[in-house]
Amino acid sequence: MEFIYYFGDVFTPINFSLLLLGTIGGLILGATPGLSPTMAVALLIPFTFQLEAAQGLILLGAAYTSTVAGGAVSAILLKIPGAPANIATTLDGHAMALKGEGAKALQLSFLSSAVGGVFGVLLLIFLTPVLAKWALAFGPSHLFWLAILGVTVIGSLDSNSVVKGLLSGCIGLWLATIGFDDIMGAQRFIFHPSLGGGINIIAALIGLFAIPQVITMFAKGRKNDGSEAIKVQKYPIKSAIAEMMRNKRALGIGTLTGSIIGLIPGVGGQIAGLVAYDQSKKFSSDRDKFGTGHPEGLIAAESANNAMVGPSLVPLLTLSIPGSPTAAVLLGGLLIHGIFPGTDLFDNHPDVAWTFINSMLIGQILMCIFGLYVAGMAARVAQVPQSMMAAIVLGLAVFGSYSVQSSMGDVYVMATLGVMMYFLERFGFSAAPLVLGLILGPIAESNFIQGSMIATATDGLAPYFFGGPLNIFLIAIVVVSIFYSAYMELRSRRYTSKEEIMA
Amino acid sequence: MSTITLPRLQHIIGSGIVAAVGASVCYVSYTQQPSEAFLFPRLISTVFLVLALWTFIKACLGWTKVGNGISMIQFINLAPGLVIALIYIFWAAKGLGFYTATTIAFFILFSLYDPAPHTVLKSWVKRVITTACFMAVMYGLFALLLKVYTPREIFF
Repeated sequence: MEFIYYFGDVFTPINFSLLLLGTIGGLILGATPGLSPTMAVALLIPFTFQLEAAQGLILLGAAYTSTVAGGAVSAILLKIPGAPANIATTLDGHAMALKGEGAKALQLSFLSSAVGGVFGVLLLIFLTPVLAKWALAFGPSHLFWLAILGVTVIGSLDSNSVVKGLLSGCIGLWLATIGFDDIMGAQRFIFHPSLGGGINIIAALIGLFAIPQVITMFAKGRKNDGSEAIKVQKYPIKSAIAEMMRNKRALGIGTLTGSIIGLIPGVGGQIAGLVAYDQSKKFSSDRDKFGTGHPEGLIAAESANNAMVGPSLVPLLTLSIPGSPTAAVLLGGLLIHGIFPGTDLFDNHPDVAWTFINSMLIGQILMCIFGLYVAGMAARVAQVPQSMMAAIVLGLAVFGSYSVQSSMGDVYVMATLGVMMYFLERFGFSAAPLVLGLILGPIAESNFIQGSMIATATDGLAPYFFGGPLNIFLIAIVVVSIFYSAYMELRSRRYTSKEEIMA
Repeated sequence: MSTITLPRLQHIIGSGIVAAVGASVCYVSYTQQPSEAFLFPRLISTVFLVLALWTFIKACLGWTKVGNGISMIQFINLAPGLVIALIYIFWAAKGLGFYTATTIAFFILFSLYDPAPHTVLKSWVKRVITTACFMAVMYGLFALLLKVYTPREIFF
């Protein structure tokens, strides 16, 4: 119950103002198609440099929570999901708006997001300290395998192709070795003076998530989306609460599904929303009404995608393994303040850890309150032309990456990685494992070197890295995640068929 | 042997570049000294090269199932924007100064891709006002709030 002790810190004037700013800004950014939560959080990181660690994390956490919920606005009113997590919301949400129930759909969306989100954060509060204590038993070999696990799990589960996902992870791990070696001081892979200090994580994150989005907007040309927001009529909030309570089963399924999926590293909100929608439909007596504007579908999808947010931070805060790409960006936000997740965070910086987690709890409630008021404005922002969004994001990316350490080298690295990622994405590679490799690379390498030194002085490399129950358990998870994803890829033919590629 | 189509050719070129990078990383890792500093890169680059070669061979055999490549229309659409963005980042930002270069790049990119007609005066006025508003916000955020000193060359 340590978290209660730090509850008051959320309500200091600066912290609460940042929470409000992150919540309202996140709702508007989330409603903007093309601005994913990951990209929004990455672009916000430069603004947190001058803040204290807890303040920076409050801003980033509030933005993360609200962008996921804000994506429902454009999903409901424009039939364009603001984020991948809102795809399932579109199915019934937009149909409700077409029937003249736009306000009701928005209210149900924010209310169920808040219920799911609060449950998810409570899970984060109670699971994190337990797992963090467990992580104390980890030595260099375990931490090395954990870092590799983080890359391989996301590489295999988050990508369309297991091989390409793992290859992306390898590229990220290699990029992390660029610069001077910490122990010998030797130069490694410094092909250009800009790389002398290694690749700056924040500049890389901005490039990898923002630039491909900008180029994707360019690739659409001068096309007008032609989407027009549906006007919403007033709807009494009491009726929306009563409607949500009538659909307790969908709310429960969504909340539980989202929480469980959030705990699995690499599985994002998009899957949480779709699985919850599907499960809710299976258990519903009105399954024929799904897709025609049925509140159950909307409630299940929205409660799931916000319930995923809290648990996705559990592996991040305890074991340094981000549960989602956005959590990976948050890890970058922690590292720039010199804070490492795990026991270090809870033993040496409990004020930072608990103020941040508590702010996410309050943020869920603020998101619900403000969501209803900001929805109208957010819908207008969602209609901003893609041309303007592309130019805005490009400008923010350049200024943001430069401001990290006032270096043009960081801007060049940001642009190079971003352009490279756009083309890699077109060939089936994914940014998330690459980012994980880049972030977890130094952790993997330092523990590999430490482990090698211990192994040389004791039993030798193989017994040290491959022996012991915990090592074997971690290696088993790495192997199982890879083979399971490869099996699923072959079995369900989830992806573009060969004929489509050949066409 | 199946015919070579544009997406398949793109896959071969793309995965070939990745495999070439993997091979050069692997070569550097195994040849550079001190070897202790390259212990971890050797481990990574070996896996990198194996996976890259696997991807390249799959692309050559036409077994690639993921990724649609870039269509000609998409390429034609993105090329001018990408060229302007690269000129802005790699030359203009330092050469002209951040604020001057960003103003010019923002206005050109916005105008180039704006679906509003290019022959109507009103839409040009809108673009100018939007650019001015965006630059005012950027100046407020970065120069005044975050106190970031950016390269200022020719104008300010």
